[in-house]
Amino acid sequence: MLRFLVRRVIGALVILLIISAVTFWLFYAIPRDPAQMSCGKNCTPDMLAQVRHNLGIDHPVPVQYWYWVKGIFVGRSYGDFGNCNAPCLGYSFANREPVLGTIMDRLPTTLSLAFGSAIVFLILGVGAGMIAAVKQGKWQDKLASSASLLGSSLQIYFVGYIAMYFLVAKLDILDNPSYTPITEDPGAWASGLLLPWLVLAIIFTANYTRMSRSQLVEQLSEDYVRTARAKGLSSRNVFFRFAWRGAMGPIVTVFGIDLGTLIGGAIITEYTFSLQGVGRLAVDAVDKSDLPMVLGVTLLSAGAIVLFNIVVDAVYALIDPRIRLA
Amino acid sequence: MTSTDQQPFLSIRDLKVHFSTEDGIVKAVDGLSFDLAKGQTLGIVGESGSGKSVTNLTILGLHDRDRTAIDGEILLDGQELLNASEKELERLRGNKMSMIFQDALASLSPYHTIGTQIGETYRKHTGVSKAEARKRAIEMLRRVGIPQPDMRVDDYPHQFSGGMRQRAMIAMALVCDPELLIADEPTTALDVTVQAQIMDLLKDLQQEFGTAIIFITHDLGVIADIADDVLVMYGGRCVERGTKREVLTSPQHPYTLGLLNSMPDLHGPVDVELSPIPGSPPSLLNPPSGCRFHPRCAFADKVAGNLCSTERPMLEIVAGRGSACHLTADQKRELFAHYAELQRH
Repeated sequence: MLRFLVRRVIGALVILLIISAVTFWLFYAIPRDPAQMSCGKNCTPDMLAQVRHNLGIDHPVPVQYWYWVKGIFVGRSYGDFGNCNAPCLGYSFANREPVLGTIMDRLPTTLSLAFGSAIVFLILGVGAGMIAAVKQGKWQDKLASSASLLGSSLQIYFVGYIAMYFLVAKLDILDNPSYTPITEDPGAWASGLLLPWLVLAIIFTANYTRMSRSQLVEQLSEDYVRTARAKGLSSRNVFFRFAWRGAMGPIVTVFGIDLGTLIGGAIITEYTFSLQGVGRLAVDAVDKSDLPMVLGVTLLSAGAIVLFNIVVDAVYALIDPRIRLA
Repeated sequence: MTSTDQQPFLSIRDLKVHFSTEDGIVKAVDGLSFDLAKGQTLGIVGESGSGKSVTNLTILGLHDRDRTAIDGEILLDGQELLNASEKELERLRGNKMSMIFQDALASLSPYHTIGTQIGETYRKHTGVSKAEARKRAIEMLRRVGIPQPDMRVDDYPHQFSGGMRQRAMIAMALVCDPELLIADEPTTALDVTVQAQIMDLLKDLQQEFGTAIIFITHDLGVIADIADDVLVMYGGRCVERGTKREVLTSPQHPYTLGLLNSMPDLHGPVDVELSPIPGSPPSLLNPPSGCRFHPRCAFADKVAGNLCSTERPMLEIVAGRGSACHLTADQKRELFAHYAELQRH
């Protein structure tokens, strides 16, 4: 297990390095000058050169990339703009502050949104899938499959505004979406995020219902499940310890990918509910040609996905003893 | 019907198992009766889809209750099983009656150790502690001839070889000393050496515990080795019943004859061609009229009129021997003579 983890983490770092290099190169393929934007309207060539120097973009691209990588380990100075301590992911041209700090400010919102809705859609989706699998062909099954068809056809910006209109503005059942740090006030944290959680979960629930139903139906017809019944084990025991164990693998895999994606920012959800998360940060950064910020957010998203892939593989090995980690 | 007054250990009367499918009703078992005494082995022979496995899954109550219509009577030690509650069946399964399945790799859970799988059956029915169940699992593994059972008990099925998996499966089925053991082609996937070992094992265990065994197979060689009585199934019905010796040496049904003729004879001349039964197994969705074997039967034209295609031949069992065929005894003697001659070699 330890060897597996060490190997995979090293692999992950290499992947992140490659992603950062590609992002760097892609950014400079776009004909926009961040120094021009930073310098403002009344910019003289001298001022522009100064800004370029301070931003560190007066060097060739490979050299800039080298400085950027170096900054992660030893920190970096940005002249008039100040210092950026290690680990330094760069200095945002637009926000005029270090990238890492900005991301760290936004991350709690995104994490709260991601994990909160993940819990909701996992419980709802898998629960509905289980019921549908047990009640195969009965009304519960049909209800679950129609509901998941409906759910997967919905869009967040549509459901989100409708839900806001009725549940918040009209009926006043839920609070207006907002983010309060959980450390400050757990109650306000939960009530402020409840609506985004539910709306984001609707889209995912459908997928988990369908997946857990089909996985369970398949497992329930496996020979080893029949053997478990032939041994006299109760149907509940057979369902959870045998069939569900077999059905879990693919669900865990998809869950890992979904969670990784969500931590990279739920852009539409954040915009719909005016939440200041990482997804919004990413869009704004692209909009302002803010390379260091784009890089930072890209690395965060990629890192989350790579990380959850490792976790999924490890969990998979725990579920299925036939899988050996190497 | 057997003429003994004593209640047989397992008694099945006019069992019908019908599945409803989208295409119609499949008559997987259509009026099957047999008895089985303790300490006896009944071999059930038949092609795929003849209803052998369905019959046995029904005894254990493992059929899909929503999709299956069942009629008849299954008495185990005087207890009616078809009306038994799921709870009652759970108490019996793995305990008083248990089953060995064909494909041990697919039939054992890949997610649990061999020891857990054997032990949990024991725990369920005896309520002993985990440590106690583990000890029992090791003991069972030793009994079925797994070397170093105290080490192998914590292995997963994929770490076992094919023969060992089947042994483990047998250990699991026998852990509660069942009185009825159903073995559904337990040796089909194994090579002959292992097959012989497994059958010896079953015979030893039967002698030790007086277990009644139903042995399902399509291999007549296996039947010759292990069975006391033989029941031949075709299209969901019993076509012939008798002792092993009677059925194998003087078959009374053209289907049984066909099965025997399609087996190589090790002692006969080498260049004799095998003669398979022409045609394919009948559709149970839309079974042939009359005798279900008549479209494939070589002797159907020997029966007066078209009795074979219009009327179902009744199975009359006298002293445990009988067959369901319209041919008269004299006709059979004459027509089956060729086979008898082969036997004399």
